[in-house]
Amino acid sequence: MDKEPEITSQLVKDHGLTGEEYRRILDLIGRQPNFTELGIFSVMWSEHCSYKSSRPFLKNLPSEGPNVLQGPGENAGAIDIGDGFAVVFKIESHNHPSFIEPHQGAATGVGGIMRDVFTMGARPIALLDSLRFGELDDPRTRFLLNGVVDGISSYGNCTGVPTVGGEVYFDSCYNGNILVNAFCLGLAKSDKIFLAKAGGVGNRILYVGSKTGRDGIHGASLLASSEFDETTEEKRPTVQVGDPFTEKLLIEACLELMEFDWVVGVQDMGAAGLTSSSFEMAHRSEAGVRMDLSKVPLREAGMTPYEILLSESQERMLFVIQPGHEEEAVAILEKWGLDAAIIGEVTDESGVRIRFNGKEVVNLPTFPVVDGALDLKRETQRPEYLDRIHQLNLTELPHPPRGDKALIKLLGSPNIASKEWVYEQYDHMVRLNTLVLPGSDAAVLRIKGTKKAVAISVDCNSRFCYLDPYEGAAIAVAECCRNLAATGATPIGLTNCLNFGNPERPEIMWQFEQAVQGMGDACLYFNIPVVSGNVSLYNETKGEAIFPTPTVAVVGLIEDQTKVMTQGFKKPGHRIGLIGFTMEELGGSEYLKVLFDKTEGKPPVLDRKHEKQVQDFCLELIQKGLIQSAHDCSEGGLAIAVAESCFASPAEGIGATLDLESTLRGDALLFGESQSRIVISFPEEFTDKIEDLALSYPVDFILLGKTGGSHFTVNINGREYIKQEIESLKKIWKTTLGSYAGQTT
Amino acid sequence: MKCGIVVFPGSNCDHDCYHILKKVLNQETHWLWHKDNADLSSFDLVVLPGGFSYGDYLRAGAISRFSPVMNSVISFAKKGGKVLGICNGFQILVESGLLPGALMQNHTRKFICKNVYVRVESTHTPFTQECSDKSVLQIPIAHHQGSYYIDPHSLGDLEEKGQILFRYCDAEGNITDSSNPNGSVSSVAGLCNAQKNVMGMMPHPERCADPLWPNVDGQSIFKSLITQS
Repeated sequence: MDKEPEITSQLVKDHGLTGEEYRRILDLIGRQPNFTELGIFSVMWSEHCSYKSSRPFLKNLPSEGPNVLQGPGENAGAIDIGDGFAVVFKIESHNHPSFIEPHQGAATGVGGIMRDVFTMGARPIALLDSLRFGELDDPRTRFLLNGVVDGISSYGNCTGVPTVGGEVYFDSCYNGNILVNAFCLGLAKSDKIFLAKAGGVGNRILYVGSKTGRDGIHGASLLASSEFDETTEEKRPTVQVGDPFTEKLLIEACLELMEFDWVVGVQDMGAAGLTSSSFEMAHRSEAGVRMDLSKVPLREAGMTPYEILLSESQERMLFVIQPGHEEEAVAILEKWGLDAAIIGEVTDESGVRIRFNGKEVVNLPTFPVVDGALDLKRETQRPEYLDRIHQLNLTELPHPPRGDKALIKLLGSPNIASKEWVYEQYDHMVRLNTLVLPGSDAAVLRIKGTKKAVAISVDCNSRFCYLDPYEGAAIAVAECCRNLAATGATPIGLTNCLNFGNPERPEIMWQFEQAVQGMGDACLYFNIPVVSGNVSLYNETKGEAIFPTPTVAVVGLIEDQTKVMTQGFKKPGHRIGLIGFTMEELGGSEYLKVLFDKTEGKPPVLDRKHEKQVQDFCLELIQKGLIQSAHDCSEGGLAIAVAESCFASPAEGIGATLDLESTLRGDALLFGESQSRIVISFPEEFTDKIEDLALSYPVDFILLGKTGGSHFTVNINGREYIKQEIESLKKIWKTTLGSYAGQTT
Repeated sequence: MKCGIVVFPGSNCDHDCYHILKKVLNQETHWLWHKDNADLSSFDLVVLPGGFSYGDYLRAGAISRFSPVMNSVISFAKKGGKVLGICNGFQILVESGLLPGALMQNHTRKFICKNVYVRVESTHTPFTQECSDKSVLQIPIAHHQGSYYIDPHSLGDLEEKGQILFRYCDAEGNITDSSNPNGSVSSVAGLCNAQKNVMGMMPHPERCADPLWPNVDGQSIFKSLITQS
């Protein structure tokens, strides 16, 4: 083996460690680390792996509940849904790799989150993605959009896990740093959840899956834990390359293996690969581990221990099994055509000792590596921009007498337009569980063998978070739950992906602190445990940070899978009603952005008590079978919500006429984004019952009009404000994204 | 009816076919592992399910045709056994020569997953006898390489012998360019061999056969087979 480089201050710096951190390493281990050990500290103490900037704040998120089987700290969270089943879920970012190499970056993001889920013994049954790209005019946006969607499509489809929903947004704040957040939900038996532990002395460490290659080295430390600059393109080799076929085999083989009670623990080799999986398993079990890297299946000859330990080659797992079952385990893996090798065993020492070609190359205690990184007390400071942008004077905005133009422009905005072009590239039906197809408020999947269904929604309005991170994050939670309520589901758990800029800047940490606080307070109020999550910092390029984007995914439960509500109007002649109250709120709206190119004002007010009543009321209406459709009002406001319900009707478009009485500006009434509102439709004969029930809550409820005809018509105080043919509106809404993505430049 | 479902490495829709045949339609259903050279003589139907067998690397179905189980499937078919290939299964049937033609990349060059309509072109086969002639079924597709191609002369042959079983159409049964989702020649969505015991189709009938959903159009294909046996 070649001589290892000497440890110099430059080498330490190149590994992303500060002088202070290096001195702490010397203190903790009482000697100088060798080159391989320095590499280990570099990845394990990186922001991505250690959460050293974010951890102090995350403690404020509520994570407990009677049905929580596993909260944060494991590969994914788990919640008991009864009937002997548990749902296991998590969302995770793969932002930087996807910006550099969109296809592989997004594909491996999907692969990684699936492994987090089946590592716990759960079969992945649903994928969702929250995607954010730069503005359409940015030359890179079309390339990134196509590449990311293609990557998700090729990986998810091949593994046979349906991609059932998600969100796609465009804003110039993501020009230099797109977001790709992948969510996966799996189904496990509630008494068979596997954890990443090593168990007793003598247990064998079994390496499973793809061979280890040189790809992805320092993906976690150098790529994910620093902001972008001119050298970003040079980091392309740190992006991993995915093989979805191997992932599919790995799913089947691992689930088969986990049927046996001699399997003690499982951990996937994700960020920081073999290093994090071995150190973390040992640390959690307060055990030691000895490994021999000469036994690791390698893709190429001549790899050093440093490279083997830091490789982020995909589709690899580490199992801990009881001794005496090695042959059985290997036979199952060989049946599925996978590489497998016993590479070490659990010891009663307190550290990890690693050999290579007969020589010890690593001997480190687990605590300093796994938990030794100091929590950084990052400074926070309220950003100055807030004072500037909060000044939105509505009287200065032009106030057009009709709303047709605004409606058409909004329907053609890629943030509102149909995402059909995206989700038609994903197999969203495989496994025969998808009760509500993509394009709705929430995805709904039946749980086979039970009467239940789960609903999933992923959400974040980052404009609101930019204007007020506390309120914005609380709104993300509220809206996600409202999406679930519109399908008939009660929220049972939440996972988050906190995407922010450079934590070394106090303004960014202030945004982070506020957002986590807002999210935590909302979760407490709505009584939703946060069971897993991921933090992605350094989302900025040359000092330009993204809007704070604390994406949340909420999972809900539907007790009766035959009572699932959808957003489309069902028949002409039904009444249309609005649950909730509309205020003159245009701050941070899509309307303000699309028509006036402004991201200003304050986000809409969220009254949590009212929000809860609105959701409970909607759920009761669905339970009692009183309504035929329900759709959350979000981007684009009331007009867009009603238009979408028209488009989603089974008859390819039912018209609607709204007769509104209001003292608000027409644009605020139709396009403002007041919170806590749901558009419903129902047969006329239920009107009294619904109105009575609304009074008993009490919750605001008004009749808006009727379904029917071929036009979307809105009259305000007796004057026509909008009248457009549904067919032509639908065409704009349906084709915008596809024709943008398909253009050749 | 005794059914066998072949499991290739990368099969995805094997569980869905199993669910419909076993749980919904109450048929005796077994798994057939790709490495086994099984005796299929006691089976009434062998299903090659959808998915990405061998990752669809090289070309969809091109590697699977060399699986040991395919020897059994081919001799089963030669003896008149009924074989249904869905999506990736259709691709494997074409690659292994049990069905004519080829399946190429969609003309959109994208994976497409959506509900489409197909028109039943012939009811004189064990796969379609429970369907009404020229009836329109709504069945989802989910594929990247589903554009069927065959030379014009052979296409004429297929038509003449009543081997074309399904064509993509609109909701009213009209066959137009815009109702053809992937660029298949003559809008062919499914066909059978000359002996009418081997059928391949790109749409997934197993995805619309569970009564939990309002659409159960796919059942007519499975019911045709059940009535037969």
